[in-house]
Amino acid sequence: MRPGDLARLAEKMVIPSDLEAARGLQQQVLQRVRRLGYNDGCAFAIRLALEEALCNAIKHGNGMDRRKVVEVDCDIDADRAVLTVTDQGRGFDPASVPDPTADENLEKPTGRGIMLMRAFMDEVRFTERGNQVRMLKLNR
Amino acid sequence: MPERSPRLKVSIEGRVTVVELIDKKILDEMSISQIGEQVNALVARSDSPAMVVDFSNVGNMSSSALGMLITLHKRIREKNGQLALCCIQPGIYEVFAITRLNEIFRICSTRQEAIESLN
Repeated sequence: MRPGDLARLAEKMVIPSDLEAARGLQQQVLQRVRRLGYNDGCAFAIRLALEEALCNAIKHGNGMDRRKVVEVDCDIDADRAVLTVTDQGRGFDPASVPDPTADENLEKPTGRGIMLMRAFMDEVRFTERGNQVRMLKLNR
Repeated sequence: MPERSPRLKVSIEGRVTVVELIDKKILDEMSISQIGEQVNALVARSDSPAMVVDFSNVGNMSSSALGMLITLHKRIREKNGQLALCCIQPGIYEVFAITRLNEIFRICSTRQEAIESLN
């Protein structure tokens, strides 16, 4: 049995729509990911995807309204990390986001967050409403 | 109010301004706007800016950071200047490649190579 098998983080964290709070939450999650033995590549991917999801939730979902919260459900063990980020916004259709790698969009300053989440995580799923995203990363 | 720690180290190599990002955690959403303000101020001071951005200390990346770099690139080009990025770690380079921004930016392995590419 590996030491990590004894450890599992299953926790819901709630933060205001504030980038400082988001940074603190990321640090907590990353500390736990490291303690559970995830390698550098996985930790990088989780950090990046979580950063993108939190920024989207705070800026686009909640419109930077500090009265609105972002919930982050973490379910992390030695084999897989599942992060679910939920905002209190109206939601959106992820399919409506233009492809940032299309020639006509390459030099636009925004629109790459979801693409990066999908590229670095093993699974990314939005709810139908679009105000919640579930991301999975396997530790391999 | 929290004290702002320095984000950049700026040096001049001939006609090239070298900007070294000096905080590993620097490229998160909170820091981006501060860095963007500082580098854009450097660009504004020059008629035809030649700038190298050194990523040696950068271990994390975000789409906001990419946006900041795109805006910087555009501002430098508008002044008929040039921009090169250097010393990008493999994990960070993957972000540029996935987004095809490695086709937009001049990316060099070393600082010296980047400086020479602008001269």
